[in-house]
Amino acid sequence: MLDLQGYGPRLIEGAGVTIQLALLSLILAIVLGLLTASAKMSRSWLLHKIATLYTTVIRGVPDLVLMMLLFFGGQMALNVATDALYDRFGVDWYVNLNAFAAGVLTIGFIFGAYMGETFRGAFLAVDEGQIEAGRAYGMSDWLVFRRIRFPLMMRHALPGLSNNWMVLLKTTALVSVIGLSDMVRVAAEASRATHEPFVFLIPVALIYLAIASVSEWIFARLQKRYNVGFGGH
Amino acid sequence: MELMTWFTELLEGNLIFTPQTLSYYWDGLVTTTQLVFLSLLAGLVLAVPLAIGRSSRHRWISLPIYAYTYVFRGTPLLIQLYIIYYGVVFVDGIQESIFWPLLREAFYPALIAFTLNTAAYTTEIFRGAIKATARGEIEAARAYGMSQSLMMRRIILPSAFRRALPAYGNEVIFMLHASAIASVVTLMDLTGAARFVYARFYAPFEAFLFVAAIYLCLTFAILYFFRFLEKRLLAHLKPA
Repeated sequence: MLDLQGYGPRLIEGAGVTIQLALLSLILAIVLGLLTASAKMSRSWLLHKIATLYTTVIRGVPDLVLMMLLFFGGQMALNVATDALYDRFGVDWYVNLNAFAAGVLTIGFIFGAYMGETFRGAFLAVDEGQIEAGRAYGMSDWLVFRRIRFPLMMRHALPGLSNNWMVLLKTTALVSVIGLSDMVRVAAEASRATHEPFVFLIPVALIYLAIASVSEWIFARLQKRYNVGFGGH
Repeated sequence: MELMTWFTELLEGNLIFTPQTLSYYWDGLVTTTQLVFLSLLAGLVLAVPLAIGRSSRHRWISLPIYAYTYVFRGTPLLIQLYIIYYGVVFVDGIQESIFWPLLREAFYPALIAFTLNTAAYTTEIFRGAIKATARGEIEAARAYGMSQSLMMRRIILPSAFRRALPAYGNEVIFMLHASAIASVVTLMDLTGAARFVYARFYAPFEAFLFVAAIYLCLTFAILYFFRFLEKRLLAHLKPA
């Protein structure tokens, strides 16, 4: 049954690609999101403007268009750069933008903007008195961030974070369009080759549902953990 | 006339943005707008009864609707599109039916996939808004002796629609962006036009940045439209 006319193993491999892609882009998105949120709350006018431009433009353009721009355009920019290296310094170096790396970079870059908005709201919701209390104990800025600001912020950020993750997971399906062999691409190829779309596409849909259900459960547990001491929900 | 000469002068010497390619973008804009507008409209019509059913106390009504929204919100739209696009041939007797000439084109399978998808999201948005109706309003309606359906029509739905407005605005923008995947099933929407121009001239920056700018403008137009609506319809909720 798992053989699926010989496509079974490739489909499972594709599922692995999807999960890796989703998790790596999530990490990149969280890092970018924290940076963006900090930039938006910083006193520097320039940082604030750059962060606002980033979140506005990214959230105003479809993921697929950004993905194609970065993937096709990124390769071209790399070619121009490596050509220039060759002309100027005689360095013969060719970089081929790999579809997986392009996928992680683009999805991480896109969701960094959404995460930035989530984190900004969550940071603003942290009670200023708690921070002052931390300072009064003589904690350094970093220690205040690690022990007080971050855990308190996460309580407010988790619902948005979980929402962003669910959207991110579904967005990974788009990398199949730029040539990465994730499970969607394998299933689409198999459907075209065998003329039996349901056999391949429905299991893939079920895998997405399974990942979403597991994530929901994990986020519910995390929410419980970060709510310790706040009673109720 | 003057505008026309200004326009041709502007395009003179530009190898990529000729009147020819601009007309591809224009056709793409028309296709995207049709697709998004029609699917949103059909999705909205479907979502209202579904949301009422989803808020029902009878589990045999609410559970199947929940299963529908769970599946459509939990899987990528691209998968839904593939299933409908590749699967429509296998529906019994469809090739003999009068709808076949329509369904054979990519536009209608895409429209069906987008409609079912947005209907699922909109159902959940409306359900949340219906659930948030103030108890006092419902009690007042009951005290007036209103029947369930009259109460739904006069009290619950009008206020729920207003509460749902900000979330629905996001859904509209989401749908506009999601419609870009129509280009995957050979439709020449805005993104399809950009891919065509990219492939023809091997000019990724020009092709995709131009289309990104168009999407950005459309997004802002939707954003301001909903902000205007909110200002008018939610004026009573603004802090004094």
